[in-house]
Amino acid sequence: MSAPILKVESLSRQFRVGGFRSRGQLHAIDEVSFEVAPSEIVALVGESGSGKSTIARVLASLYPPTSGTVIFEDKVLGRRSSRSVRGRMPMVFQDPFGSINPVLRVGHSLLRTLKLHRPDVSKARRLDEAVALVEKVGLTPGADVLQRYPHELSGGQRQRLGFAQALASRPSLILADEPVSMLDVSIRIGLLNVMKDLRDAEGVSLLYITHDLASARYVADRMIVLYAGRIVEEGLTEEVIGAPQHPYTRLLMSAAPDPRLRFAEYEGAEDLGEPPKVINPGPGCRFAPRCPLAMEQCRTSTPPMVQLSPTNRTACYAVKKS
Amino acid sequence: MSGPILQLRDLSVEYATPSGPALAVSGVSFDLEQGEFLAIVGESGCGKSTLLFAVAHLLTYPGSLVGGSVVFDGIDLTSLTPEELRLHRWRDISVVMQSAMNALNPTLTIGAQLADACQAHTNWDNERIAERSAEVLSMVSIDPVHLKSYPFQLSGGMRQRAMIAMALLLEPKLVIMDEPTSALDVVAQRSLMRQVETLRRDLGFSVLFVTHDMSVVSHFSDRLAVMYGGEIVELGVTRTLFDNPQHPYSHGLMEAFPSLLGELRPLTGIAGNPPSLVNPPPGCLFAPRCPHVMDECREVRPELVTSEGHAVRCHLINRAAIQ
Repeated sequence: MSAPILKVESLSRQFRVGGFRSRGQLHAIDEVSFEVAPSEIVALVGESGSGKSTIARVLASLYPPTSGTVIFEDKVLGRRSSRSVRGRMPMVFQDPFGSINPVLRVGHSLLRTLKLHRPDVSKARRLDEAVALVEKVGLTPGADVLQRYPHELSGGQRQRLGFAQALASRPSLILADEPVSMLDVSIRIGLLNVMKDLRDAEGVSLLYITHDLASARYVADRMIVLYAGRIVEEGLTEEVIGAPQHPYTRLLMSAAPDPRLRFAEYEGAEDLGEPPKVINPGPGCRFAPRCPLAMEQCRTSTPPMVQLSPTNRTACYAVKKS
Repeated sequence: MSGPILQLRDLSVEYATPSGPALAVSGVSFDLEQGEFLAIVGESGCGKSTLLFAVAHLLTYPGSLVGGSVVFDGIDLTSLTPEELRLHRWRDISVVMQSAMNALNPTLTIGAQLADACQAHTNWDNERIAERSAEVLSMVSIDPVHLKSYPFQLSGGMRQRAMIAMALLLEPKLVIMDEPTSALDVVAQRSLMRQVETLRRDLGFSVLFVTHDMSVVSHFSDRLAVMYGGEIVELGVTRTLFDNPQHPYSHGLMEAFPSLLGELRPLTGIAGNPPSLVNPPPGCLFAPRCPHVMDECREVRPELVTSEGHAVRCHLINRAAIQ
């Protein structure tokens, strides 16, 4: 593997919650470390409240981290990002209806991105470049699309536009925060294919944030499973899906519906899917209260990430190296 | 088993729009048996939620019922006055809405909201109301201490289960659910679906369930109706429909999910956009997006043809069936 373009080292972000005298600290992400290689799609998987969006927002410098460092393209990111960093690492948001200015034509924002981030493209060539961009994400005919207003586009088209916009600044990494969760099932797959095309044709890396394991499996090369702000398992997608190690990954796998399979009862305790509390958490594994394998040790100390195979790391005391 | 609990016949709903009436539901007919779980799936804008609103008589302007009948337990709901309708609501038919965050009143405790529903529809005394409220909450695995909790103190999954508890309060015969799981995580979603399934088996109510995600209902519904452009394009036993979808649209929907454990292969989804409901094309509504389109499809609207309990609206399939 070539040198990573993004290196995240023990990143933490806490939020103060409650009234102004409150000492409540919500640990949104805790000591998270991972890497993203060039031309790689990494899926960040977890349920609501697992901290996956917080990671994207810290990377995009929307929030400063409480501690930890982010090294992007061999530079340590400061508290405020420069325009060049934002251009090299843009974000695609979840809501295609809220993330596009409704009163401006589609072309306006794209041309503006080109103007700000691409000094190499002359004024005369900007329009051609914009047409090429929207056609890369499957919006044809490009010239016609640029003339439209956002309300004339469907949700799927708007989200494709989000990717075109991200692509406009020649990024090396796109942060895609649940880009398909608000779209219809029949449209999602088209967007997932766009993401794969961008990786293959443009050599862009993507951090794909999702709660949908099946779609993560479809696009991602590697998978990182988050629980309550901590990474619990990390590995090659097929490895994690084929042989999930952490009990939480196994729970997620058993809960994900797959209509192609016959109904099989999940063996083990009935799990209601209650998310954990991460306000002033004590020591110990955060999954322990829900875990069928929990031991005494799990409640008193935090399990470290253990390299189970050259490509898989898991944080669990109950899982032993085979 | 006595007759069906709900019979829809040629139900049509229009929305008034600036460019003319849009036929959001057109000529939908089906029977729902007692204790049956029928799921309705389709893309946004296919009329699935409008259909539920029409069944529950919750349509408001610009939507209006323009034809057909809804017969519930032998009574034609379309002929009732609002006051007569009120007697049936919640006692016989209850509705679980899509977003529990918006459906619960944030300023009242869960207990107060359950009591409110009881007071509106029964003459129970306070003791009986408290007893029944605690009972329904335990049914959906929420500790009755939460009767004193406000909605914001509960998690998303708990709020959605509280909504279901409220829907079951008066032991209705039919529970209508409009995407109750769409705001939930997979684990919570699975647990909610299993709970609905267990309660339905124990209490014997019927469920009409709308979702855009077929995989959610794949293991829970008895029958599945696929809607497209306001029409039912395929209706059959869930397992049969999943294993062997007939209509090209149903087939496309199946092809739209990446598999979690099965083989990994490139998928295409369904190209194109849903049809305009204001000026629908003359032929089959799916023709512009259909990979198997024939000349006939662009001119003649296919009928819903039932054979061996499986209904399909497609020229290609119907022709094959005749030959």
